Amino acid sequence: MLAKRIIPCLDVTLDERGVRVVKGVEFVNLRDAGDPVELAKRYDEEGADELVFLDITASAHGRETMIDVVERTAEEVFIPLTVGGGIKSIADIASLLNAGADKVSINTSAVKNPEIVRDASQIFGSQCIVVAIDCRRNFDLNKGKNIIRLEDGREAWYEVVIYGGRKPTGIDAVEWAKKVEELGAGEILLTSMNRDGTKEGYDIPITKRISEEVNIPVIASGGVGKLEHFYEGFVHGKADACLAASVFHFREITIMEVKEYLRKRGVKVRI
Amino acid sequence: MIAIINYGVGNLKSIRKAVEKFDKTILTSNPEIINEAEGIILPGVGAFKPAMDNLKKFKAIIKNAEVPVLGICLGMQLFADVSEEGGINEGLGIIEGRVVRFPKEVGKIPHMGWNEVEFSYSNSHSEDSLLIFRGIENRYFYFVHSYYYKTKEEYVIGWTEYGIRFPSAIMKDNFIGVQFHPEKSGKNGLKLIKNFVELCKSY
Repeated sequence: MLAKRIIPCLDVTLDERGVRVVKGVEFVNLRDAGDPVELAKRYDEEGADELVFLDITASAHGRETMIDVVERTAEEVFIPLTVGGGIKSIADIASLLNAGADKVSINTSAVKNPEIVRDASQIFGSQCIVVAIDCRRNFDLNKGKNIIRLEDGREAWYEVVIYGGRKPTGIDAVEWAKKVEELGAGEILLTSMNRDGTKEGYDIPITKRISEEVNIPVIASGGVGKLEHFYEGFVHGKADACLAASVFHFREITIMEVKEYLRKRGVKVRI
Repeated sequence: MIAIINYGVGNLKSIRKAVEKFDKTILTSNPEIINEAEGIILPGVGAFKPAMDNLKKFKAIIKNAEVPVLGICLGMQLFADVSEEGGINEGLGIIEGRVVRFPKEVGKIPHMGWNEVEFSYSNSHSEDSLLIFRGIENRYFYFVHSYYYKTKEEYVIGWTEYGIRFPSAIMKDNFIGVQFHPEKSGKNGLKLIKNFVELCKSY
């Protein structure tokens, strides 16, 4: 049976020392805790099923650096690697895939130009095109198409937001998810801004809804604070994979702990 | 020396890096080099029809190869008689079989992620046919595909469950095919590649 996937996400940026993982970590026995390649190796050893690198610099210089990081990672880490952040063109995608990425994640530029999803999936194959959808609850029920009941009984629709959550688009997230599947996306990386950074757990209502509406895998993202949240993401949210960044970076939870916890509760994981 | 056939599809970096860990490796489209190799890897990401078109000039070399040949993912599917991907297209006809799409009922397509391979050999194989899996503890490998290889049980050396039970590793004579990506399957995958290299050395 197919295992549920646990995916650590590394936010990568540039600083005066070169390329770094943004969020600080206290890794024992790690030569350079800020080096994304070292971290990637560490996560691989701990049982990560895939890795996501998110380029949060997204400048021209940052892009070159990211390609170097991807190349060095691909030489040493033999699990799937997804790269996202600031991808705007087919050429951007080609250069990341050639550097050794297995998938790219497209977010803002897919909303601004949906054809890039179609073109990219036709050129490179759906399996390597992930569309990242950032969304936020909107309680103005007249504007959304898919009204979703929340845990507390209130109702909302989920609006797609871009530029890292700064700009609302008026687009209904459920409709957008169906649209990107139609365009050829191979996977959806779903982040709810209502939960991102809160440690309150994944946004289950929207994760479940989108996972049920599309026939491609959905990665839940944003809000993990404790072990139960992974279980909720898989069992209640029906996610195919769960992504987390800070709980892993700060060693609050290890990947192995997550997998042991899930296995004991009957969720199929790769151990 | 192991030759990875470069016929213009997909990203070949990971497979090259993985094989390089164990032996000299050449990524090549030169038939003479392929002919001299101790083992051949037929990689593959992408669609069946364009892959077959690109493979034309290597067809005879692959079919007549006397060294171990490892087909990976689409590279394995190319061993079939026909594939239903993108119409009905003829394959290399190396291991009797037909490549068909997963039925809708299995759930999400593509079958993407880590799944278990149940190693198995039938009467027509000796226990040696499982050499490729030697020393592999847990049986998880990384898959991403929408089509699978329907073939006779006698060619199957690994089975996987995804809504249906399908052949995820096959073998006939010196031809081995795996539906998963060993170069993306962490320690297990590297071990399989190491086993393949050793098989080539002792063949």
